[in-house]
Amino acid sequence: MSRAKSLVSTDWVLENLTDQNVVFIEVDEDTSLYEKGHIEGAITFHWREDLQDGVIRDLISKEKFEALLSKNGISNSSTVVLYGGNNNWFATYAFWYFKIYGHLDVRLIDGGRKLWELNGLPLVTSIPTRPLTTYVAKNRDNSIRAFRDEVIATISGANIVDVRSPQEFTGELAAPAHLPQEAGQIRGHIPGAKNIPWSRAANEDGSFKSNAEISELYELAGVNFAEDTIAYCRIGERSAFSWFVMHELLELKNVRNYDGSWTEYGSLVGVPVAVGA
Amino acid sequence: MGLDLRTCGATPGGPDLTGVNLSEQTIIQGVVIRGGISDGVPNGKIVDNAYVQLLDSTREFTAEVPTDSEGRFRFFASPGPWHLVVMAHGGREELIVQAQKGLSDDLVIHI
Repeated sequence: MSRAKSLVSTDWVLENLTDQNVVFIEVDEDTSLYEKGHIEGAITFHWREDLQDGVIRDLISKEKFEALLSKNGISNSSTVVLYGGNNNWFATYAFWYFKIYGHLDVRLIDGGRKLWELNGLPLVTSIPTRPLTTYVAKNRDNSIRAFRDEVIATISGANIVDVRSPQEFTGELAAPAHLPQEAGQIRGHIPGAKNIPWSRAANEDGSFKSNAEISELYELAGVNFAEDTIAYCRIGERSAFSWFVMHELLELKNVRNYDGSWTEYGSLVGVPVAVGA
Repeated sequence: MGLDLRTCGATPGGPDLTGVNLSEQTIIQGVVIRGGISDGVPNGKIVDNAYVQLLDSTREFTAEVPTDSEGRFRFFASPGPWHLVVMAHGGREELIVQAQKGLSDDLVIHI
């Protein structure tokens, strides 16, 4: 089962802390929590500094990804185990990223940093050093990534799932309620999109709900799993969480993450937009 | 210098108030304490590894921040009722807050 292959428990982590073939990576946009304390042996990837091109809006190149993994001592045969704060948003984004570049064994800690801390499990401040490797990435697998023209072509066709909050979906807000609002994009959603906030697939402690609960959630919202599905949010990290839910937990292979998301779509000239529920 | 996309994530403690017109914002903020006496005055031990969730009146997830090194949290919300769920190792508290425009008094939450 994919849930067993892609997801590990905190108990599994404790049992595998000293396995040198397992590389734990804390992924977030703010690595101050990593500096405060992290799982023993874990390294950290910064969402912006390590995983964004920085010049153009895109993933880092294959060559830069290879260099990033090589300098951090990750080999093609490593078991990469990801976790992070923010309910694993950035960790699931990194999971999707590792899949795009064809890493064989990548997993996610169920519940991420939150569940680890709520369980009172140990954190350390020591920074590990790992011997350099020569990592060889595969060419990008874009079958799990959606681009804007594909999204536009999908309108009124297959499933589009908007995983933002209901207020962002209706156009009441342009960004999550806890952030300053943006003027760069118009407000609303892609016509025909179903609003299934990412958080409805998660328990309060950050762990995932059961497959039965998640399937019911999507089906009640009108998602037909026989069709292709594209998930989006604002910048692609909350939708990576929902992509993980559908692609890895429910084992639906025809699901893609639109990482351009609303910050791209909401800035396009002339594309259709819907407002309201 | 490239695109500086702002993510949707939360920093420990919540957003900074620097440059914010406080009279125009609805701010929910406070401190999480373990032990002590619930008399509205911070006492006991600060909890710097709690998670505070803000749910709207229908209990839809709106935001979550981990407390900072001083046990503090902050949200920008809108006027009206909100659910706050505070979780930490060995403790959980839930309360309903009536948010009003402007900077309100700190909530002192004991777990």
